[in-house]
Formats: sequence, C-alpha cells, structure tokens
Amino acid sequence: MADYDVPEIPEDIETPSLEPGTMGHLAPYPSVEKHMKPLGFPAAKVDNWQEEGIEKLGSMLEKYKSLQVFLDICVKCGACADKCHYYLGTKDPNNMPVARADLLRQVYRRYYTAAGKFAPGLVGAKDFDQETLDKWFTYYHQCSQCRRCSVFCPYGIDTAEITMAAREIMDAIGVGHKYTTEIVAKVHEVGNNLGIPKPALKGTLEFLEEDILETTGHDVRLPLDVEGADVLLVPPSADFFSEPHIMSLMGYAKVFHQAGISYTISSVASEAANFGMFIGSFEQKQKIAKRIAEQAQDLKVKRLVVGECGHAWRVAYSFWNTLNGPFDYLDPRYPAPQHICEFTHDLYQQGALTFDKEANDEYTVTMHDSCNVARASRMGPNPGGQFEIPRALIRATCNKYVEMDPETIREKTFCCGGGGGLLTDELMDLRIKGALPRVTALKRVMDQDGVNFLALICAICKAQFTKVLPMYGIPMDTVGGVHQLVSNAIQLGAKKGII
Amino acid sequence: MPSFELDGRTYETDEDGYLINLDDWSQPVAGYLAVQESIEMSDNHWEVVNFLREYYEEYKIAPMIRILTKAIGKKLGKDKGNTKYLYDLYPGGPAKQACKIAGLPKPTGCV
Repeated sequence: MADYDVPEIPEDIETPSLEPGTMGHLAPYPSVEKHMKPLGFPAAKVDNWQEEGIEKLGSMLEKYKSLQVFLDICVKCGACADKCHYYLGTKDPNNMPVARADLLRQVYRRYYTAAGKFAPGLVGAKDFDQETLDKWFTYYHQCSQCRRCSVFCPYGIDTAEITMAAREIMDAIGVGHKYTTEIVAKVHEVGNNLGIPKPALKGTLEFLEEDILETTGHDVRLPLDVEGADVLLVPPSADFFSEPHIMSLMGYAKVFHQAGISYTISSVASEAANFGMFIGSFEQKQKIAKRIAEQAQDLKVKRLVVGECGHAWRVAYSFWNTLNGPFDYLDPRYPAPQHICEFTHDLYQQGALTFDKEANDEYTVTMHDSCNVARASRMGPNPGGQFEIPRALIRATCNKYVEMDPETIREKTFCCGGGGGLLTDELMDLRIKGALPRVTALKRVMDQDGVNFLALICAICKAQFTKVLPMYGIPMDTVGGVHQLVSNAIQLGAKKGII
Repeated sequence: MPSFELDGRTYETDEDGYLINLDDWSQPVAGYLAVQESIEMSDNHWEVVNFLREYYEEYKIAPMIRILTKAIGKKLGKDKGNTKYLYDLYPGGPAKQACKIAGLPKPTGCV
C-alpha cells in the first residue's frame, strides 16, 4: 500500500497559508473507449477539441442560463475562499472555489464576452489550450460538488454547477474520468454501480434473510422483483456489498417487517446512486433515473422509498419529477419519493415501531450531514426536515447524542472528502486531506464527549470515512448508518403493524 | 497499458495493478501480486483468495463482505469470522486488496 501524508489533526479548523500548486500533480485516471462509448461520448480526445469544447460551452450557456449568470456575477469578494474542505486540507489556492471556478470563467470570458475577445489580458481571459485543459482535468476533479461555498456566497453562485459544466465539456471532447464513466456504463449494463448481477443480488438478499433469522429469530424478508408490493425500495448498491452499509439495509428490512408493509427491491433498478449528476450530464442523469420510474410501473408499486444515499436523494427529491415524472401512478397520500429516514420516522410517530434505546448504549452518537441531503434537498413536510428527521430518528434509538461544532453541521456541513465522483483510490491523497475539517470537528467531540459513533445517511460518506478515519487514528467501526442504529434498537414482534 | 513480467510472461493490469484478464491468474501470479502489496501469504490468506475465486466463478462479482466473513468463520473458526480479522490479513481491505491478489477486478462504486 502506498504511504500517505496524513495531516496532524489541529485543535480547531484553521485557514492555512497558501501553498500554490500542492495538488497540481493529482489528476484522476482518464477514461477509455470502453467506458466512454456506452455513454455516447467520444472514445478519446477529439482532434478539434478546442473548437468542440468552446462550442459545447456556448450551447450550455444557451441551455443553462444559471451557468452564464454564475460566470458573470462573481465579484471576487473572497467569501468562499476558506469554505472549501479541499482548500483547507490541501492549501492549494486553485482549490479555493473562486479560483477553481475561474478556470472555466477565464475561457468563458475569452470566447463569449466582448472584452475578452478584444483585450483578453485586461479581463483575465485565457485561451482554451492544453495547459488550461490539464488544469481543468486536475482541479475540476478536486471539487466534490458539495456546495458549501455556495452557502456563503453573497450572490448564491453554485460552484458545483460550474464543476459539472466543466466535466460535461470535457466528456464532450473525449476527456473523461475513468471512475465515474466506468460506473455509469456499469449501471446501464448491469443495473448498479457495483455491477452486481441478479443471481448474486438474489443470493446476497437470501443470505441476509438467513443472517437476520439466526441473530433475531425473526423471519425478516428482503424480497426481490415482487410485483404488486406496496413499496419499491431503492438503496445504493453498496448496501448489498460493504460494511457498514449492509447494517443499514438490514435496518430498512426490519422496519418494513415490523410495520407490516410489503416492499420489494428491484434487480433492474438496484441502485439509487446517479453518477450522471457528478459528470454534469442531463441525458445520463435522466437515463439512469428512468430505470427506477419504469420499475415502479412494471412492479405496480404504490410508493417509492430511497435508501441511505446522499446524492441519490438530491436527484430523487429535486430532479426525478422533472426527469421522468409525473409520478401520478403512485399513491398520492405519500410523498413521491420518500426518504427511508422519513419513512421510518413516520412509522415511529404512528406507534408502529418500538425502539429499545439501551440497545445502543455502547454508543455516544454524533451525526454528519451529507452535502447533497443538507444543501440540495428537503425531507418531510417542514423546512429543515433533512436535518431534523434523521436526528429525531437517532434520538429515538439512542440515549446519548451530541452535536459537532455548529459551523460544521446542517447546511454548513463539511464534505466527507469523497463525494462528487472522487471516491477513487488514485485521489486518496486528496480524500485524506479533504476530510481534515470534518475529522477535526469529530475528534473534538470524541475527546470531549466520548463520541464513538458517526451516524451517516450516505453510502459515499460511509465508504470514505471507513477508509480515511483509520488513517487519522480513528477506529473504522466509528462509522455507521442511521438505520444501523434503528436495526439495533428495533423491537421485532413486540407489536406489529400500523395502529 | 501497465503490465508486469513474471517467469518470462507479460501480464496486463489496470492502473492499480489489477489483472485485466482473469484467466491470467495462477498461484505464482497471486504470490507476485501479494509481494507488491507487502502481504506474506499464509494458509489463511489463501483461504480468503480461494473463496473469492470460487464465489466469483459462480456470480461474476466479489461477495458481500459479510458472506466472506461467514465463510471464513466456517473454515477457520468463529473467532476469525469477522471484518477485523479480514483486515488483519489484508490491511488494504478484503474487498480491494484481497480481490487484487485473487485476480478479480477492482470493485467499483461507493466502496
């Protein structure tokens, strides 16, 4: 294994002095033909890439007015500069959101503003040349599209949209990112990010049913492709594969069992994640999301429930309806879609579930808000529900809960360091450093309050922290899901069904 | 494409050193890959690799880690049927490091 330079955890989150170019070397693996072609992208960098790239930018400016506004209105006030976890962790000024966005803004100015066309040097306009493209490939893959900077921008510039636009342009000229394109291609081919074929998925779910029966004595089912079930449950495929993800999957299953609500998982739509968003492609996002809408109809379900996956919830909550809606074939009495936390919390409030909090007494829990849930969606009927509902669920299942520094949670939450399509090992150095602000806040509550469980509602956060926290000396089993706590506390068979 | 030489043969790998052609795998190749990962292969390491290969043969995917821990627990004793033991064997993670030595493709997704 490679040795990584793991920063010391400071007492408090500090704004570092600039160290230009510290991350200039770290670009992800480029994509190749077999991953690019299934997505409709050129197999390799096209000959007239400059022309094509500039043209693509022009067409996007027409299509997305927001992009043009974001490129025009930045006044370089600097409010975003120290808000990015990657800047705080790497000290590289190109990771200040304003500077990263300027890599695209310079090209926009050069070709699409009068001043930039005639006096580029005066307005910071730059040619779209190889050097610029290299910087794009490097630094637009050092943004996790977490949108924390946007919270602090007085103009509300959404830097994630700029990153998405740059990635979309690069894909259009055949300069793709291996990790994300390989995964999207796999979703089209097999149905999920991991590439789990139906027989393996079936075997895995049966294994889990046996496992739950052995440990609890209850016949909790994890049904696959059942037509006519009430609910189609769409978890991230990591829930079928990794620790601690599986524990949350078992938690969802126990909730359905105890509430007496029939549900099914689909082998076709066996993935909530939608990396189409990470690569900025509307077409891919729509195509990936379509499987789920089609399966909901084919399986004749009444409700759609999404598992613990951060960006999937953004896509589901904010985009599904416009991508593949309307969902008028679902039962209008329920939110479409519904987050698993809201689903469970509603049942708990109705008295359909009983929790034994003492089952989690070994834990002092804190919650890490996932970027895409916190800043790009809601949950339940009330504003802020995306913060309150998971917390209410944790409090219902645990006796000991504490919050981290308020500057690092809720809408100001720090990214885990692996979001936005960056959860790939060649970017490990970036992932370690990008986790530093979150690790700093976490370490403090571990030391002060004895926190030993970091509750999460995102598959990427779970995978990233499981890998990175041990490098900072924090045990791997500190990481877990909200429904893992539910799974521990839920009383099976105590009383069944909705009252 | 990256590659390595072993006993006069060339083996293609991806950027992270995972074998491209699954049929290229053999015990000496696994031994070579283990050395690259600084893993000294014991019988218990081989049990993991063998199980991964058998499972992959049937399902065309690596097993969920829980299936692996249970299988190892059955073979090597209950005290070894847990994630911690697998990480003791393969500090780089059973899903990634052990798969590499077993000649399986690198798992993709949120793992």
